[in-house]
Amino acid sequence: MSATLRSVPRTQDAKVVTLNASTATAAASEARTQPPRPVVGGSGLKAAARRCALDVLPPLLAVGAIIGLWEVLCSAPDASLPPPSRVVSETWELIVDPFYDRGGIDKGLFWHIYASLKRVALGYLLASIAGIALGVLVGSSKLATRALDPIFQVLRTIPPLAWLPLSLAAFRDGQPSAIFVIFITAIWPIIINTAVGIRNIPQDYQNVAKVLRLNRGEYFMAIMLPAAAPFIFTGLRIGVGLSWLAIVAGEMLIGGVGIGFFIWDSWNSSRISDIILALVYVGVIGLLLDRAIALLGRIVTRGTAST
Amino acid sequence: MEGTDRYLQIENVFKSFGGSAGTEVLRDVSLTVRKNEFVSIIGHSGCGKSTLLNIVAGLTSATSGNVFVDNRQVVEPGPDRAVVFQNHSLLPWLSVYQNVRIAVDKIFGGMMSKDERHDWTLRNLELVSMAEARNKKPAEISGGMKQRVGIARALAMKPKILLLDEPFGALDALTRAHLQDRVMQISMELGNTVMMITHDVEEAVLLSDRIVMLTNGPAATIGSICEVPLERPRHRLELISDPTYVGCRAAVLEFLHKRHRFVDAA
Repeated sequence: MSATLRSVPRTQDAKVVTLNASTATAAASEARTQPPRPVVGGSGLKAAARRCALDVLPPLLAVGAIIGLWEVLCSAPDASLPPPSRVVSETWELIVDPFYDRGGIDKGLFWHIYASLKRVALGYLLASIAGIALGVLVGSSKLATRALDPIFQVLRTIPPLAWLPLSLAAFRDGQPSAIFVIFITAIWPIIINTAVGIRNIPQDYQNVAKVLRLNRGEYFMAIMLPAAAPFIFTGLRIGVGLSWLAIVAGEMLIGGVGIGFFIWDSWNSSRISDIILALVYVGVIGLLLDRAIALLGRIVTRGTAST
Repeated sequence: MEGTDRYLQIENVFKSFGGSAGTEVLRDVSLTVRKNEFVSIIGHSGCGKSTLLNIVAGLTSATSGNVFVDNRQVVEPGPDRAVVFQNHSLLPWLSVYQNVRIAVDKIFGGMMSKDERHDWTLRNLELVSMAEARNKKPAEISGGMKQRVGIARALAMKPKILLLDEPFGALDALTRAHLQDRVMQISMELGNTVMMITHDVEEAVLLSDRIVMLTNGPAATIGSICEVPLERPRHRLELISDPTYVGCRAAVLEFLHKRHRFVDAA
């Protein structure tokens, strides 16, 4: 638990903090949950229907209530934001045809999200590789910890967007700058969690490795990576959430095709409904990314969590 | 016969933790173990018996003194001194089979073909009746079964000496008795040389040829050695009233509870 807490970067942005905290607690509660047990007693179908109702009904009701409230609050003629009914009618074209492409930045939302996801994928992939490598180094060497940890602790508190001007100056191009911002945002939780995982490898496993006389490479592959995998995936999961936060903000500034610039462009042309639709997409994609990494982690670390 | 009579030699081993001003754990421990002998080290908790086993395993180095196995000095851990750890120490991400196979591959990778290594892994799992459950993960099997896999992994290394670190300590009484019988049978069949750490008097008398009793720490040393001249195979029920068994048990109990009663620090 200390791993997830420590890896949450302190940012001024309140939204970032709450999202991180919820990711961390989600990961922690998942670690505690046992594999699902078969339901005993009761007729199977009826029980399943009841469980489904209990799981699905409350969030549906809550969403309905919020949309209803929103509709009521924004229905006044002088309301500054559109009510949901107008959002849907104004963005109907975007909703039904996410794939249109009229050249330039006049594209369907699919293409914007696709462009953003491509940047995130590249930056996040680089951050994962470098982050795990640095985490292994820091976790396995006391000297490296002493040398690098203070630097990491300072750098990880820098808000993602603060890096953007510097990277624009360095790369002189928006595309690599955006990818760099993703990289530098996502890498810290990956480094820190990997290092904690490596440091927490039980002495027992190290003793087994010693008795078998595993060499460094064998130890890395057979013991170190699998033993630290749950921690590494906690870092990867926080990292992917941060990447997605950073890409939207970064794209607002660098322009071009991408969901971030789509939002900024909509604001400049006063298409408030488009912004709201884009926010829904951003939220859903962010959730899917988080769940995808969580699922990957569960598959890879199957069996490691419980001894 | 020189080599087999002095198969394991522990010579004047001292061990202190924390430098010269630190606590002395072991003081001048010397012990010789014959080939195929089953020796138990017994003593109160915290007296340094596990430290002694770790020194023989090479996982801890002695402050001074030497350990020889088959006339070769112990300087580092190795598969010739396979350890069965108290808490089994199976790798949870590997199946039962893979946990044994990783040891077989590492040690016999250059000597055996892939098929031979597979057969050898299975044979050792059969020895502890775990071949059926070979595809299970450690989390899916009971504590006793995990310990059996730990024993299979150690046996599969074909060690010169099998080091058992309180192997039955974490098990319930019935499972423990069953596993003790199994270990007794296996070590008799294979002729292993075994050094076992325990704090269970009955277990020590039942399994051992000799029981080495350590005095209380700090600065523990060998207080007394009890020979157990019981015929093998041994059966626990028949032994209950056997005068030799009863005598050995009384001698060890007397040592532990009268002469070296556990002194609580508080």
